[in-house]
Amino acid sequence: MPIIKVDDLTHVYSQGTPFEKVAIDRIGLDIEKGELLGIIGHTGSGKSTFIQHLNGLLKPSSGTVYFDGTDIHSSREFARGVRFRVGLVFQYPEYQLFEETVFKDIAFGPKNMGLSEAEIDERVREAAGFAGVPESLLEVSPLELSGGQKRRVAIAGVIAMMPQVLILDEPTAGLDPAGRESILQNIMAYRRETDCTIVLISHSMDDVARLADRLIVLDGGRVAMDGTPAQVFERAEELVGMGLSVPAATQIALALRARGVDIPESIYTINYLKKLLIARREGDGQC
Amino acid sequence: MLKDITLGQYFPGNTPVHRLDPRSKLIWLVGYIVALFLAKSWVSYLFMAMVLASVSATSRIRPKTLFSGLKPLIFIVCFTGVINLFYGTGEPLVQFWLFKITKEGIYNAVFMVLRIVLLVCGTFLLTYTTSPLQLTDGLERLLSPLKKLRVPVHELAMMMSIALRFIPTLIEETDKIMSAQKARGAGFDTGTLKERAKALIPLLVPLFVGAFRRADELATAMESRCYHDGEGRTRMKVLRFAPRDAAALCLCAAMITAVAVLRRFGL
Repeated sequence: MPIIKVDDLTHVYSQGTPFEKVAIDRIGLDIEKGELLGIIGHTGSGKSTFIQHLNGLLKPSSGTVYFDGTDIHSSREFARGVRFRVGLVFQYPEYQLFEETVFKDIAFGPKNMGLSEAEIDERVREAAGFAGVPESLLEVSPLELSGGQKRRVAIAGVIAMMPQVLILDEPTAGLDPAGRESILQNIMAYRRETDCTIVLISHSMDDVARLADRLIVLDGGRVAMDGTPAQVFERAEELVGMGLSVPAATQIALALRARGVDIPESIYTINYLKKLLIARREGDGQC
Repeated sequence: MLKDITLGQYFPGNTPVHRLDPRSKLIWLVGYIVALFLAKSWVSYLFMAMVLASVSATSRIRPKTLFSGLKPLIFIVCFTGVINLFYGTGEPLVQFWLFKITKEGIYNAVFMVLRIVLLVCGTFLLTYTTSPLQLTDGLERLLSPLKKLRVPVHELAMMMSIALRFIPTLIEETDKIMSAQKARGAGFDTGTLKERAKALIPLLVPLFVGAFRRADELATAMESRCYHDGEGRTRMKVLRFAPRDAAALCLCAAMITAVAVLRRFGL
């Protein structure tokens, strides 16, 4: 059974006013336990609205979202419980920090869950470890941290609830390359450790190509493509038509193919491309 | 949803009311308020209601939108009505303990409620049909004689337009932070009063931090574009009175005269 099942979901903002806007248009989707689902789509394609339905923050205008087989909005208690089981890290989460110390801020989620002091302490330290927040920062005010550190604290605040599904909305936006890589590595390490399901929204095609098991492309509130990264990036032209791009490796491969080099179409990571090209050179002495 | 708040909202349009110079609209509003306070009887209130209805029809603002703005004021309106109910002089109709209700009291209460409703609706019509920028521009021009008295008119107008400009931004930000904290299990609508007040901390702290950050950024942005206040500033869009403004002001004078005449005849 999928851990989250989205059935014919539609969401309309400001229904019945002149500002009415359909953000999500009849999306149906299964998210399997343990998979890493990447979501791409240009600004305004409905990504952020969509993920807020997965933990019950937004109520569908029509359609249903099931968590573990139960309608999220079947009861108030269940809806509240789902928020702890489906952790959502918003875009630019560093702007939501409010406590006096980093420790207290990470503890906000577990505290709302009603855990004991000892459990909270353990979870905060564990989550800080996963998110790469050094122990020495736990007693510092979050406002004194750098942007990247704040981002890690905010991510730790969600991880501390030990959600079964972790949703991240552009966790690396606005960070420098080293910071991006290290946050992504932290997330991957967390996934290996806990086997949790991850939904990752990203604008970086290279990142999702490398990390995701499955990719969804949203366009105008609908699912335009759904498949493995290889299947999605094969349709490079359509992606460009939607205002998206393809990973650098795919671009290189396409350019090489256009010049008559015989390599397969579905190349989307630099490593794979490198291997292929080296193998070719060793095979027939030319490239 | 917070987004549905209509306070200070502007509905773009291209009706005669929208096209009017903001200064005439402001003068109109002042005239309208004067007329409202001159009104003494059913006839004149009916007349004022008709004025409001015709302006709202001309500006194509639906009555539903107009009245939805009243929602946050229901308490004040009811409160004023009830208070006035007990402060009438004359023959009591009903009397119990310290309270007595008189015919005059009932009239007073109904008129007062009508007056507030008409007043608020009229003001909303102005903000619905005038963009905040135009509004502050008009206000600045109307108040410019006060500059002679060293009132910092331009600065006040600038502050007002910045404040108006940031209302939607702050509402959006509040919405975002609320969602983020809810995602971590915060509840804003359950618990006792004390618990609810405490639950606001995770919302207010980031909101204030954000507001100060924005203010700082805005100041830098303005300074780096060489903003300086007061003397010698020119405008991209200079306000000019058109014939329709003269017509509008005549109508405004007619409205006040009509109500004043009605009052003279004891109506």
